[in-house]
Amino acid sequence: MVWQTIKRWYHMLGSPRYFHTFSSRVLPWLTPIALITLVTGLVWGLAFAPSDYQQGNSYRIIFIHVPASSGALMGYMALGVSGLVAVVWRMKMAEVMLKAIAPFGAALAAISLITGSLWGKPTWGTYWQWDARMTSMLILLFMYVGVIALQNVIREPRQAARAAGLLAIVGVINVVIVKYSVEWVQTLHQGSTLKLFGESTINPAMKYPLLISMLGMWLLYAVNVLIRARSEVEWRERRSKWVQTLIREGGK
Amino acid sequence: MAFESFADFLAMGKHGFFVWTAYGISAVLVIANMVLALRGQGKVRETLARQQRRAEVDE
Repeated sequence: MVWQTIKRWYHMLGSPRYFHTFSSRVLPWLTPIALITLVTGLVWGLAFAPSDYQQGNSYRIIFIHVPASSGALMGYMALGVSGLVAVVWRMKMAEVMLKAIAPFGAALAAISLITGSLWGKPTWGTYWQWDARMTSMLILLFMYVGVIALQNVIREPRQAARAAGLLAIVGVINVVIVKYSVEWVQTLHQGSTLKLFGESTINPAMKYPLLISMLGMWLLYAVNVLIRARSEVEWRERRSKWVQTLIREGGK
Repeated sequence: MAFESFADFLAMGKHGFFVWTAYGISAVLVIANMVLALRGQGKVRETLARQQRRAEVDE
């Protein structure tokens, strides 16, 4: 039963045309929900959450730092999966996703590094340290940039997708390193205080705005991916009848 | 509110510079990325519409 549903989904969303119709129905409500969630989380975190007893108010950078970092990591996992599907099964939509997921992920990785360094200065006394967490996060940014660059230098889209897909798959190992770097080796960076399973060690008054900001950022990432994937689908399917009709009708 | 006044809120203890720079740069990057995505969409539509008009003139 479940397997059949998954299979049906795979085939439906694997069809560019179906994806286009589906995303045009999702975007009008996903976009406002994403924006409202993100703004709520950030305002709550910046203005209403209590200050930290050790760090004072500099800790409020967490409400953008953690959503951006987690978004960049999850985005890369999605990029790796798309890469795998694109390389192994040559699925068209996976190639489209490979192109749509990378740009926002790169921006989030950059935000993670910048906000982390601005938080590091008042907290650790340094903007940067070449420790495992920070170095592997910098590599994540380079992986994103590499995947984008490969797609831009190879003219033929299907070939570009294969090359970028391979690079995306290889880079997944780095996500694992980022995730566990704070547990395996001694780093300046603290371990996670937010746990999916078991008890979080973060104060609930800080946890809820953080969770809401994270959710908002992930949803906004989804919105960005859908918009980019739609343009890519329209471009790739430009000779098909349905795209021609769409354009004739003014792109509705 | 965790702050006494709006000035307090802006000051963020002594860390206003770090907090607001972090949020400022993040906002710029996120907004720019969203704008680029939307512009990409517009560009594709424009190009395709132009090609369509040209094809119709040729016919």
